[in-house]
Amino acid sequence: MSAVDHPAATEALRPPPPPRGWPRERVIGYILVFLWALAFVGLVAYLVSAWKPDMFWRYAPGYLSGVWVTIKLVAISVMIGALLSVPIAYGRMSRNPIIATFAYAYVYFFRGTPLLAQAFLVYYGFGSFRPQLDAIGLWSFFRDAFNCALFAFSLNTAAYQAEILRGAIQSVPKGQWEGAESLGIPRLLTLRKIIFPQALIVALRPYGNELILMVKGSAIVAIITVYDLMGVTRLTYSRTFDFQAYLWAAIIYLLIVETLRHAVDWVEERITRHLRR
Amino acid sequence: MQSVWTLLSWGPEGWLDEIAYGVFITVSLALATLPLGLLIGFLIAVAKQSQERSLKLAADIYTTIFRGLPELLTLFLVFYGAQIGIQQVVRFFNPTASVEVNSFVSGMIALGVVFSSYASEVFLSAFRAIPRGQYEGGYAIGLSKFQTMRLVVLPQLVRIALPGLANLWLILLKDTSLVSAIGLTDILRQAGVAARVTKQAFLFFGFATLIYLALAILSSIGIGLIERHVGKQEVQR
Repeated sequence: MSAVDHPAATEALRPPPPPRGWPRERVIGYILVFLWALAFVGLVAYLVSAWKPDMFWRYAPGYLSGVWVTIKLVAISVMIGALLSVPIAYGRMSRNPIIATFAYAYVYFFRGTPLLAQAFLVYYGFGSFRPQLDAIGLWSFFRDAFNCALFAFSLNTAAYQAEILRGAIQSVPKGQWEGAESLGIPRLLTLRKIIFPQALIVALRPYGNELILMVKGSAIVAIITVYDLMGVTRLTYSRTFDFQAYLWAAIIYLLIVETLRHAVDWVEERITRHLRR
Repeated sequence: MQSVWTLLSWGPEGWLDEIAYGVFITVSLALATLPLGLLIGFLIAVAKQSQERSLKLAADIYTTIFRGLPELLTLFLVFYGAQIGIQQVVRFFNPTASVEVNSFVSGMIALGVVFSSYASEVFLSAFRAIPRGQYEGGYAIGLSKFQTMRLVVLPQLVRIALPGLANLWLILLKDTSLVSAIGLTDILRQAGVAARVTKQAFLFFGFATLIYLALAILSSIGIGLIERHVGKQEVQR
């Protein structure tokens, strides 16, 4: 309190302000910021000078549909992955060694191999089983590149989400389970009303990161001929040989990822209000 | 129809030698990228924890961009961008010249840049785990700023950052598969060629996937050994 009453006293106790002037760090920092600024100005100048209205109107609708395909692919596969991740996370935490080993093998396989290889395995590899797939009527599903990508992505993100879910549930102290049990609350209700709300706070950031990784990872579907944002970009580049095709894609991807990142920050801020002091 | 074992044998009949070459390319690309990414990542982390605002800002822009762009897009930006950029410089002197950028080097730069922006976060949180007293102690016994970093902070930093870096190594190993898109003959590309020639797509892509899995398992074992070794040093002190 006395500090507020006597501003002069705090003035005397405060350490001296750091010396201004030009130490080496500041010189390097200013040079780097200047270089970034130069790069941005160069980028804008290039995009303005390379602006061709007819080209824009010809390819902009393609980019829009590409963004839509990307969003659709990520949204659907993350949702299917979320559903699949529940039994897998359950299996990872199971005391039954067979179920636990199986779930561990699943997670290890999908986290240990590249998403691109998994997509190739589904898109090209499943073609080897055409007669069998035809027999059970699934061939029409796997003939489409988008469906193959959706299939591979769902299985892949399920493995990652299962680990997030498991980590979050195990981060809730055991006493919470015991407390609920001593109150006679059924296990499923405990999970839903007591464990999940606490686990969600822990899981939110990893879930957000997984979503961002999926948006970025979805670019690889361009290689298996899906016309997502990256696929449209490649198509545009192969037709025009104009490098700005890639620069526009970079800008759009950065916008999507930054929006998602800030949205996750905002949600985290919201749901941890009660923890703030 | 050839049997599976003939297709996966060594020599002109089988594809094992081609795929082994792909493994060599993949592993050497990852190994070549690692020091580059670690070095840039460390410098970025030093810049990020600096008192100087402008240095922090420059480092933050770097990580925001390269963590926000898809790895594949970064790769294309480097590959085609470098090609066009160098071509324009060369055309300035020799109007008829055409330039071919090495896809290995492009892959190394693109993956290194992505690796470094993630590694900087790992290093940064490790920096934060080291108490200020360690620096002050170093300065108090008369070490210079650089010596304090090298002799006092770095040995502790490596130990704290190791699990995070190990994770990034596994991600890097998987990301190398993207260079097959710019024509580098890595595991996945060789498997793709084999699949197209023999029409045994599932076999070869499955085999390639298992090789990646084997590389991941080998890496995990190696990382475990390194962690045990580093842990031992800590006990001896």
